[in-house]
Amino acid sequence: MSSVADFLLSALIVVGLYMVATSRLAACVRASAVQGIILGALPLTLEWTSGFHPPSVHVALLALGAFGIKAVVIPRLLLRSIREAGVRREVEPMTSLHVSILGAALLVALAFWLASTMALPFPVASRLLVPAAMANVLLGFFLVVARRQAITQVVGYLVLENGVFVFGLGLAAQQPIVVELSVLLDVLVGVFVMGIAINHISQTFDHMDTRALASLRE
Amino acid sequence: MTLAILLVVGAPTIAALAAWRLRPVPLQLGVLIGTAMVHLVSTASLWRSDLPATSAGLIGMDALGLLVLSLVSLLFFAASVYSVPYLLDGTHDEAAAPQRFVPCLLAFLAAMSLVTVSRNLALLWAAVEATTLASAPLIYFYRRPGSLEATWKYLLICSVGIALALLGTFFLGVASTTATGQAPGLGIDDVLAVAPSLNHRWLHAAFVLVLVGYGTKIGLAPLHTWLPDAHSQAPSPVSALLSGALLNCALLGLLRFYAVCVAAGDAAFAQRLLLVLGFASLLVGAASLLGQRDYKRLLAYSSVENMGVIAVGLGVAGTATYGALLHVVNHSLIKAALFLLAGNVLRAYGTTTAADVRGARRRLPVSAALLTVAAFAIGGSPPFGPFVSEISIFLGAMRGSAPWLGVLFIVILGVAFVGIAGTLLPMLHSEGPTGAADPTPGTERLLAVAPPAVLALLVVVLGVYVPAGLDRLLRDAAAVLGG
Repeated sequence: MSSVADFLLSALIVVGLYMVATSRLAACVRASAVQGIILGALPLTLEWTSGFHPPSVHVALLALGAFGIKAVVIPRLLLRSIREAGVRREVEPMTSLHVSILGAALLVALAFWLASTMALPFPVASRLLVPAAMANVLLGFFLVVARRQAITQVVGYLVLENGVFVFGLGLAAQQPIVVELSVLLDVLVGVFVMGIAINHISQTFDHMDTRALASLRE
Repeated sequence: MTLAILLVVGAPTIAALAAWRLRPVPLQLGVLIGTAMVHLVSTASLWRSDLPATSAGLIGMDALGLLVLSLVSLLFFAASVYSVPYLLDGTHDEAAAPQRFVPCLLAFLAAMSLVTVSRNLALLWAAVEATTLASAPLIYFYRRPGSLEATWKYLLICSVGIALALLGTFFLGVASTTATGQAPGLGIDDVLAVAPSLNHRWLHAAFVLVLVGYGTKIGLAPLHTWLPDAHSQAPSPVSALLSGALLNCALLGLLRFYAVCVAAGDAAFAQRLLLVLGFASLLVGAASLLGQRDYKRLLAYSSVENMGVIAVGLGVAGTATYGALLHVVNHSLIKAALFLLAGNVLRAYGTTTAADVRGARRRLPVSAALLTVAAFAIGGSPPFGPFVSEISIFLGAMRGSAPWLGVLFIVILGVAFVGIAGTLLPMLHSEGPTGAADPTPGTERLLAVAPPAVLALLVVVLGVYVPAGLDRLLRDAAAVLGG
């Protein structure tokens, strides 16, 4: 079963890379939904890997929560914002997409290097768990910093949170899983508040380009 | 004691829901004042009870938590009283929905209180994130493009910071896990109990992430970029709470991890990092104070500078730890007073540009007198509280291994004083180019000047002596941090 977990975790990295590489805003949001599906499957897979018994109620709830919030609710919320706010359909990177892809590849390499130097002191289900978590944290951070559209920045925040969530899953055997459930709820509320802010941005400025949000300075 | 802890979180939560249902603003203000009083009484009752050394559950109270909670409670009461004339004056055409103010303010109080009573690092994290979400609508209270920009930066930058803090929290979970997979969980006392056997590499990584994460919310340079915008665009009572209460809550998050580092025998590593960020904040804060044209931004940058003072005090350690905690108290009280008074000036003049405010001494005699006192106090001049805490940090540095840090510290504080006094005092005491444009004193409402007056009075008292009860609390809190 470890191979399934490995597959899911590598898919998570590949989808993260795709989000940096794509030029379409809606594609970026849909890719975040794909990450949500993977995150919904991951807790179950990891649970089966460690002992081949059916998942506990906690893990099932976690999987359901991750799938529901990250694969359904948040992407729908963001896609509706794109539709109703009538925003431009491109992601509007600060740098060219080629440079973005190169940067993203370097970040993934950095994630693997970090994971190899910071060996976990206890065994986990998959060798790819820490690299995948780190890669998504770094890619998410990159999306937040290097994109101008407010929605892309929110997606970047989601990717970052996904990385943190994957890391938390690695600890699920040691730490109470309630932590992750609260994280899910928190992300939902956070994105909801950000979604309201996005709607106000598009109403106030007729677009969601955060370059308009640069008047407060010395 | 348990009842009081439940009340400080539960009462504002229930009141927030009640206020959400009650639409008339005067009724909401009644709920606000009532809740603030219940909160204050509950907090005061905690001072009289013996704080247990450890607490097993998710929530509990220790000296550090009580210190921050007391400041939150006191400042919230002051801000609530101030909000009464603020909301009722009817100059809120710009605000689309004034009735959203009170529910959000109460939810904000509940989140901040939860931060102070959390005895679990994951719960603490969730509470800090909740403070961001509860306060964002308050910053966007006036529906201006400027406040929207400030809100967006605040939400995004702080959320990313908080996500990194969560990763740091998980890293600490890894650091406390043994090779066989045995883990104590994320309870603060559980982690402290196993601190000597923590994995140092993961602990270091955890502290760096938490310092960046919570440091963003504390406003430590270079992670402070959202702070001047959010604190200057928010309505004045909210600015007072953001600067005076919320920064301390984020600081408490960092201090919980710092205490783990101290208990693990790894204090030196954490102190070096605190010194670097502390001096960066001092430099950025002081430099931005010089020639600052907007007086609310001036106060916000002064918060960056003062968080630097506190971080330096913690980094110097030893006796300076006590000084740093005393400075937390002093900064909160005086900064809240300053923002409330700045709100009175903004009301009277309708601008935040310092150059457009002249002769406030005539137009707002009481506020101007209080502002003069507060400007000297925040600048660190005797005989006020900040002078005492800054001197004790300075003396701690001079006795330490690197006395030149103490000299640098004092020099930067001198620059900051020039920046603050150079902007605030001309607003109050110099006449405008038009001379006597408005010589008649304006009306100053009692409820708009009494709260900042009381806060300023407390800072004067703290400049003369530290009451025995507070002294004991500060010593207990410093002991947790190895000071």
